[in-house]
Order: sequence, then structure tokens, then C-alpha cells
Amino acid sequence: MELENATEEQDDLIINVGPQHPSTHGVLHIKLKVNGETITDVEPHLGYIHRSIEKMCESHTYRQFIYTTSRMDYLSAHINNQACALAVEKGLQVEVPARAKAIRILMAELTRLASHQLWWGCTGLDLGAVTPFFHAFREREMINDIMEKTCGARLTMNYAVPGGVMADLHPDFVKDVKAFLAEFKGKFHEYDELLTGNIIFEERVKGIGYISKEDAISFGCTGPVARASGVSCDIRKLHPYDGYENLQFEEIIRTEGDCYGRYLARMDEMKQSMYIIEQLIDNIPDGDYQAKTKALIKLPKGEFYQRVETARGEFGVYIVSEGATTPYRIKFRSPGFSNLSALKHMVVGGKIADLVAVMAMLDLVIPDIDR
Amino acid sequence: MLLKIFDFSTITAAFHLWLSGKMSSVLVMLIEMTIAGMCALGLFVFLGLVLVYMERKVSAVMQIRIGPNRVGPWGTIQAVADTVKLLLKEGLTPDGADKFLFNFAPILVIIVSMLILAPIGFGKGLVIWDLNIGVLYISAVSSIGVIGILMAGWASNNKYSLIGAMRSGAQIVSYELSVGLSLISVVILTGSLQMSDIVNSQANGWWIFKGHIPIIISFIIFVIASTAETNRAPFDMAEAESELTGGFHTEYAGMKFAMFFLAEYINIFIVCAIGATLFLGGWMPFHIGGLTAFNDIMDYIPSPFWFFGKTFFLIFVIMWFRWTFPRLRVDQLLTLEWKYLLPISMVNTLLVTLMAIMGWYF
Repeated sequence: MELENATEEQDDLIINVGPQHPSTHGVLHIKLKVNGETITDVEPHLGYIHRSIEKMCESHTYRQFIYTTSRMDYLSAHINNQACALAVEKGLQVEVPARAKAIRILMAELTRLASHQLWWGCTGLDLGAVTPFFHAFREREMINDIMEKTCGARLTMNYAVPGGVMADLHPDFVKDVKAFLAEFKGKFHEYDELLTGNIIFEERVKGIGYISKEDAISFGCTGPVARASGVSCDIRKLHPYDGYENLQFEEIIRTEGDCYGRYLARMDEMKQSMYIIEQLIDNIPDGDYQAKTKALIKLPKGEFYQRVETARGEFGVYIVSEGATTPYRIKFRSPGFSNLSALKHMVVGGKIADLVAVMAMLDLVIPDIDR
Repeated sequence: MLLKIFDFSTITAAFHLWLSGKMSSVLVMLIEMTIAGMCALGLFVFLGLVLVYMERKVSAVMQIRIGPNRVGPWGTIQAVADTVKLLLKEGLTPDGADKFLFNFAPILVIIVSMLILAPIGFGKGLVIWDLNIGVLYISAVSSIGVIGILMAGWASNNKYSLIGAMRSGAQIVSYELSVGLSLISVVILTGSLQMSDIVNSQANGWWIFKGHIPIIISFIIFVIASTAETNRAPFDMAEAESELTGGFHTEYAGMKFAMFFLAEYINIFIVCAIGATLFLGGWMPFHIGGLTAFNDIMDYIPSPFWFFGKTFFLIFVIMWFRWTFPRLRVDQLLTLEWKYLLPISMVNTLLVTLMAIMGWYF
């Protein structure tokens, strides 16, 4: 892409969206070439929040490196931790207690709900409606309170450890989660009334940012972005972990392939997450919350890979072990990076406002893209 | 009929008479103009504070918040504190900006808002300048405002500002047509462009009740189009915070920004006042035919209360829009105007004309 020389050849205007811009949700920098209001070229620039997390992980032990992953996709912090714990457990060949598995799934689904709620609020904000943000945060606050009670942190949980979870559940957990579910179910219709059924909202997202099934696969899109284009890619169904195979839930697959499809996919996913929590909340098995592991974990020589489904899509942890107490190499596969790569495909030919809508529906978390 | 709807013109006439007996007519005119100007300025500042407070409280109610509640009782003087803060800030002018245009744009925008206040009747006999072409004057002067916005966008030397200004230009020029046509429908029925005539013609019923469906349609079009003309959400394309980071006033800070901010609120007040005057009877009280006792009680409520009550109701509606709707895209905005509102307004104007000729209204 020859953005640097573009002004000399054509009369197109080049706008730098970000790294400080209200709708990039972080320090994403997008070079935008526009002809009037129509976008002719898009180039995302990364690197503003690169913390070399993968390199940092190499100098941390297998217990320690999990904490850095909370700082990647901070909205799916628990699910990232869970993926790392699962990868280490794969190497250790340790059997995780049933109670720990159930707790992990409960926390993961709560995280997914909180993440989708934040996405819903920010979508409204990006499209110019400020009120949804406050409604989303009203319910999200309850989840954050549950997280705080359970593991002491509201956002960067660090709750999953190799062998299980760090501590047992708070005695109020079941009661709080049930209260949250009742509250959220009662208020879910407000979400639909504020955005889903709004004619302006529908006009803004229907047919915008279309990506076909084949393109979604070739760009490596995962999560609700790919599922809205008809790609079946829910890791919880395809490669179940931590006992998802014993739970009943639907993989939401839509065929629209546009922003509206992505929106509806996430809205339905929230309902499925609630359904999963409902199945588990009364059936948390008794027993240990953590398997016995050595204080200093040594993984056998080899390569271990674990994939999980975060709120944004497929997250993968790849550990190369040389048999030491620290990993030789760690590689993360983050969902946001692949989804962002499809941005140009989605927005070129659209209007400036469409870029904002598409980015909102991609649900970008920049520290996840830029590790 | 002793005190019924007190006429403010008796006060002004008495004052004029008293002053004329003391000095020459030129001096009288000068003094009266100064007083009117001071009153307009006072109203201006007062409205700015009240509307900003109202906006924040309305948005707080919509967003399950409390809103400002620290400065003064119930946070009422929060807007004063904000103004003081803005006054103390540096009035920055960007390096590459066109200095003169950049500093002149906010002043132009605010002058336009002040000019439109002139023909609005705030109560019976309470009007700064009741000129005989009031409606025409309003539509003419209000179109100058867009020049201020274009100036601000161009002079800022900022791409976001430029796009915001161009959007604003396209938007205001298009929506003025619909506003004009919906105003004309009332003018046709009244047969006068003078604001006081329009109000007096509604003594036996507001146009929104008397004018059947065509006037209701033009009222709805007026509300939509005037929301767009004041650059308010869901038509705030010119600012579009999530796309253009603030649009035409991205580069403005301190008091210069505050002037744009103030002008926006005064413009809301003005369009709502015009809507209230033309469609909801201005300062005319609410009457129900036949209920003499009820009508008499209504007559004892002072006329400014009626005017401001109706105006603030419309302002609330416009604020309600802003805090519940997402923003339209710029092409959808123009589609709405040119493909829907304008054709409907044109047909509607024909209907109203037919109605006026055949006398099909009360």
C-alpha cells in the first residue's frame, strides 16, 4: 500500500484515525484514505501498546506467566488464564478436580457476559447513542462485584492456576450469580428496546462490513465475527475443554455476514452464556478446587497447544518446553489480530461512519492485538 | 377581564411615553435599544445556564444517574462553575489556522443566534422587535449560522474539522428547505408573516388542533428538521464525536468553544420557541371550547409561563431524541431529507393551501 505517496498522485484525503481517537478503543492507529466521505483505503498500524508479553513469559515460571495474560485481552482475562492453565496441565498430565472445572466454566461464562455487555455499551457509544453504555454498565457492575468477591480482582482475575483455581468460591457466589441472572434476564428487553429494534441502528449496521464465509475463513476470523458469516468455529463445541462437552448450549451461527449479523450473534451468545451458567450454578460438584501440583512446575520437553473460545474468538496458547522451569518459547494466537486483518476487506467503499460501526462490531481490544 | 393575560405592551408604552417627555427622540431610541439589548443578553446567559443544567439532568435521568449535584443546591450552579473554568482556560489558536476566521467564527455563530431572538414573542406584548416579516426574517438570518460553522471548520486547518464543516453545510442547507416549507404551511393559514399576528390567530385554538392532519405533519417535519438544523443528535453529523472527535470545533478551547456550545443551546431554544409560537399557540393559553370556567382559570396564568412551558416541552423532546437515538450516517441523513421529508413537505404545503382556499379549518 502506497499511502505515503498517495496525496501527490490523487486528491484523496488521508486521515489518521488514532492512536488517540474516541472510537478505536485503545491505541490503534488507522490510516484512512478518503474520497469525500467514501473510504478508498485503510491501513491499521500497530505497535503503540506492544509490551513484548510473549518474550516476558519466557523469563517467568509456569505459575507466573499466567498473570501477564490477564493484561492481553483484559475483557476475557479469566478465559486467557484458563487457556494457559490448560496448556500447562496438558504438559503436566494432571487431572483437574471436577469442582475446579465447573468453577472455571462459570467464571468464563460470566467473563463472556461482562465482555459482551461492555461491547454492547461501546457499540452504542460508537454509533452515537450514549445511553446504552450506562445500561450495560449497570448489569456489568454486578458481574464485577461477583468477580471481586470470588478472586479479589474485578478485571484482571488471575483466578485460574495450573491444577484448578486459586481459591475456593466465596460462600455468597451461588446467591449472587442467581441474583445477577434474575436481574439481567429481567432487564435484557431494555437492551433490545434501546438498540436492536431501533430503525436508525438497523440502518447503520445492516449490510455494512459484509464478509463472506470463504473470506472469513481465509482471513482467519473467529468468534462471533466468523459465526455471523456462517463459519462454525466455536471451540467450546469443536474441541471441548474443562467439561463443556457435558453442557447443553447452542453454537450461534448466522448467515448475514454483516455488522447486524455480528450484533445478533453476540446478543444470542449472551443468552447461551446465561443458559450455561443456569445449568451449572446448582450443580457445582463438591471436592477439591485445586489438584496437587509442585510449587515449581517443570514441564517435560515438548510442545503443548491449547485453544479456547474467548469472548472475541479463538485464543491459542503454544508452549515450547525444554524441560526447564520456564518456557523456552510461548506464542499466543489472539482472536482480535485475525479479525482486525479483515478490516480493510470490510470497510473499503463504505463511509467514514461505517468504519466506526465495523470496528465496534469487530469488538477490538487493542492490547490483545498488540501484545 | 381585569387581569386576564396581562399585556406587557402597556408597560413598554408607558415607559416610552415617560421617556419621550424627558428627552429627544433619538436619545429615547438609543436608551430603549440599549435596554432591549441588555435584556436579550441577560436572557441569553440565563438560557445558557438553564439549558445546560436541564440537558445534564435530563441525560442523567435517561442514563440512570443522578447528574450534577455538588455545586450549589441540587447542582444548579454547576453551569456557572463550568463557565468560570472555560473562562480561565487559554484560548488557543492552532499554528496553521487562519487566525482571523478562526477567532471570528464563534462570534458570528453567536451573533446569528442573538439576532433570531428579536421577533420572538415571549408573552403578550413582550417582544423585542415585532417586525412584519418575522418568519421570513427568521429563515433568512438562521441560514447565516452555517457560514460560521464552515468558517470554523475551514480556518482550523484540521481534517476532522473540515469534514465536520462540510457535513454541516450539506445538512443545514438541505434541512432548511423542510423547515421553511413547514413554517410556510402555518403562514398560509394565518395570512401573515408577523409573529404577533400568528399568535393572535390562535386565540380560539392552536394551529396544531385547528389545522387538521396537514399541520400535524408539518409540525412533525418541523421538529425533525429543526433538530437537524441545530446539529443535535441523532443528526449531530458535524460533531460526530465517535467519528470526527468533535467535528468543526475540534480545535477550539476555552471561551471560544463555550461560544459554540452556548450558541447550540440558544439555537435549540429558538427553534423550539418558533415551533411553540407557530404550532402551539405561542403565549396563548390552552382553551377547551365550551368550558368557560376552565378557560378563565387558564387565562389567569401569565402569558410568559405559557410560552416558556411550551418551549421547554419541545426542548425536552429534542433532548429526549439525543439521549435515546444512535446517530445517522451522513448519506442516510441526506436521503431522509431529499427523498422523504422534502416531497412530503411539498405535498403537504399544497394540501394546506387547498385547505386555506376552501376554508377547511376551524
